[in-house]
Amino acid sequence: MFMRYLATLLFLLVPILGVWTFMKADDWHCWFPQNVSSFGAQIDGLFNLIMYMVAFTFIVTEVCLAWFVFKYSKARADKGEFTHGSHKLEMIWTAIPALALLFIAFTQMETWALVKFEKNFPKNGPYSIEKPIAEVWASQFDWRFRYPGEDGQFGTVDDLERSFEFVVPVNTDVVFRLRSRDVIHSFFVPEFRLKQDALPGHTIPVWFKAEKEGVYDLVCAELCGWGHYKMAGVVRVVSAAEYEKFQAELKAHWYSNGKEE
Amino acid sequence: MNPVATPVAPHHAPHPAPHLEPGEGAPGTVREHHEHHELGFLRRYIFSTDHKVIALQFLFSGLVFLVLGGLMAMAIRFQLAWPWRPMPGLSWMFPATGGAITPEFYTMLFTMHGTIMIFFVMIPLLTGAFGNFLIPLMTGAPDMAFPKLNMFGYWAMVPAFFFILLGFFVEGGHAAGGWTSYPPLSTIESAAPGSLSGQTCWLLGLTWIGVSSMMGAVNYVTTIVKMRAPGLTMMRLPLSIWGLMITSLLQLFALPVLTAASILQLLDRTLNTGFFTPTNLLVNNLTPDSFGYGSEAAAAGGQPLLWQHLFWFYSHPAVYILVLPAMGFTSDILAVHARKPIFGYKPMVYSMSAIAGLGFIVWGHHMFTSGMNPALGMTFMVSTIMIALPSAIKVFNWLGTLWGGRIHLRTPMLFACGFVSMFIIGGLSGIWMAATPVDIYIHDTYIVVAHFHYVVFAGSLFGIFAAIYHWFPKMFGRLMNETMGKIHFVGSFIFTNMTFYMMHQIGVAGLMRRTADPYAYDVYAHLQPLNEFITLSAFCMFAWQIFFVINFFHSMFWGKRVGRNPWNACSLEWDAPSPPGHGNFDRQLAVHRGPYEYSTPEVAEDYLPQTRAL
Repeated sequence: MFMRYLATLLFLLVPILGVWTFMKADDWHCWFPQNVSSFGAQIDGLFNLIMYMVAFTFIVTEVCLAWFVFKYSKARADKGEFTHGSHKLEMIWTAIPALALLFIAFTQMETWALVKFEKNFPKNGPYSIEKPIAEVWASQFDWRFRYPGEDGQFGTVDDLERSFEFVVPVNTDVVFRLRSRDVIHSFFVPEFRLKQDALPGHTIPVWFKAEKEGVYDLVCAELCGWGHYKMAGVVRVVSAAEYEKFQAELKAHWYSNGKEE
Repeated sequence: MNPVATPVAPHHAPHPAPHLEPGEGAPGTVREHHEHHELGFLRRYIFSTDHKVIALQFLFSGLVFLVLGGLMAMAIRFQLAWPWRPMPGLSWMFPATGGAITPEFYTMLFTMHGTIMIFFVMIPLLTGAFGNFLIPLMTGAPDMAFPKLNMFGYWAMVPAFFFILLGFFVEGGHAAGGWTSYPPLSTIESAAPGSLSGQTCWLLGLTWIGVSSMMGAVNYVTTIVKMRAPGLTMMRLPLSIWGLMITSLLQLFALPVLTAASILQLLDRTLNTGFFTPTNLLVNNLTPDSFGYGSEAAAAGGQPLLWQHLFWFYSHPAVYILVLPAMGFTSDILAVHARKPIFGYKPMVYSMSAIAGLGFIVWGHHMFTSGMNPALGMTFMVSTIMIALPSAIKVFNWLGTLWGGRIHLRTPMLFACGFVSMFIIGGLSGIWMAATPVDIYIHDTYIVVAHFHYVVFAGSLFGIFAAIYHWFPKMFGRLMNETMGKIHFVGSFIFTNMTFYMMHQIGVAGLMRRTADPYAYDVYAHLQPLNEFITLSAFCMFAWQIFFVINFFHSMFWGKRVGRNPWNACSLEWDAPSPPGHGNFDRQLAVHRGPYEYSTPEVAEDYLPQTRAL
């Protein structure tokens, strides 16, 4: 009999603590970092939508489990219910989840297309797929950012290269090309809700729009070797004026052959 | 031999079991000794063709590898809680660092933890051990359809064991490209220390595992289709057998793809072909020519994404291979110990088939951020989200089975309920991962780690524990100790949840998997205390398994002896002696009904075995 109460308690604690830890996670700083990209809020919203639907199912099924374990493990003289199932119930719990899941699937599509489909990439701003702000090169175990210089072309003599720090203007649709020199890496900025693998042999266009100035961690999110954990970089989001200044400084630095320092 | 079931064919004349109690056999029990059944130790326990012995071989080697994989998990957890701190008592392993884990060792650890747990623990335990043990017994067959092939199935594991262990001792250490072994990291020698020779060992090990699983799957399907006892129609099979049958079909159709892909990668590595390696790489400041990679390979223009497609075409169905048999065991155990027919038998069979069918068209959800065409991501998202439906149906039917039952909370039942409780968590969190825009953020974070550990560890391994407690009396003729079993369950359930639940939240915080020292990043630095908590929980969970180990070995020799049917269950295996002798059944079987006639009003007892004529 002791086991009956203990098992019920254990199964009941799963939904109680399960929901409580999710509710408290934000207070424990164990939740989404701040969002600074234009599409990040949509992604967080979709995550929350799924979370609420999932939480409902989670609570109902786990409470039923605990309740049934408690109720039907009581010693009784008679036999259990003799039933092989119910066609009606099967129809209900097939149709309703099916509709809910289809609803989830359809709500996701727009945001996915917005972030990843090339036809939805920014066209009217200063940067586009044809005219990206930079080429981002990943290699074991660092990030390099190659700006095209004045001619707007990559692979020419006026290219400007910088490592570790990717400087981009704020409130601007930024498009860049993601490339890898050796193995697969992944460009991940948690605060942008943006992740894209860098695939050797491929040039993958990526876009984002950062809406707040600041310095954000750029982390490699695909295992790339023993130094994977330290393949760090940052994205520095600056005002338009600062960005102009940065470009001028980078150019001056590049042409000084390192003598100015 | 005639494959159509005659359960007691003359050359399968039963041999009385060593522990058969006097008077155990029903009237008419055949009890003559045959000369050719007096086998020596080697033929009987090592080179055996008896499915039950082969099952135990798989069981014991799986459990040994489980300890190895578990120790690796502990080392991973140590590093995540206290990065670069020397591990107490392990300075002999890493003299250069005084016992601290090196970054290259850490990559090797999680690579081999995943590889061993999936290919050397879960698949051998589920299909190798329980597939072998249960299929002939539950279908009323004297043995597998191809007993010799079955023996080779286990012996093909031996080269796999050899190569996977050899890898730890080669120069550069074992494979370190993740259990997914994405090229070019895994194919180019200068890309990682583990890609020197360790990766070759890894590929050879996996290829042999594939050979073994293939032989097993052929045998399982043939036995289930052709050797069922008279009257045992497909729709009267226990759900464990359905789970194993569908699993075997998945293996038959998906496994050749992985084996082929492994061989292609092996060729890339050894003969400098270029299936997966693109041109113009500059690895470790070396051009392909200078690190011995043939110039023709450099011109070949391989595709890293091709490997991902081939790998996941097998390894996603493999996830269902890891859970479908456990779902079957759970269904059977819930019905037996709740004294209730399974709720919705046919929907259960159909939903398992649907999981398997859909399982073939969802592999791309591992590749949403890989650079694959995003339009494909859309398709894979819909199929992946829809695969939650059959899983949900199964959960509802398990709850329906418990409803109105007369539940006996014995250890196997507790583990089966634990499976349901935690599979719900693992199943539901999968929906986040299936949703492409959400996956952009959570891909390769700890929420993924939480998800698949809730399915494979908290789900399948709890299913395996339930199955071991449930079928132990059939395997050894003795019960496992109930008190110890309950202690084992309570601790395991608590510590499993403490270990894996908060990984959801740290995943939402963005923490990545496979990172040796995430706290170097500002955005993750504050997550270290929580990781310490998870690590301590994991240590407790690992230590708690001592209750299982003691119980298992103690009960094997000194447990309470039981007769044929200690749980009053209906399915055919309980008709055989415990443990069954060679040829399994000592009486002619005729099956009259399905396997779940519990609490039926037709008889006075609360169960009606499949073989009893009314």
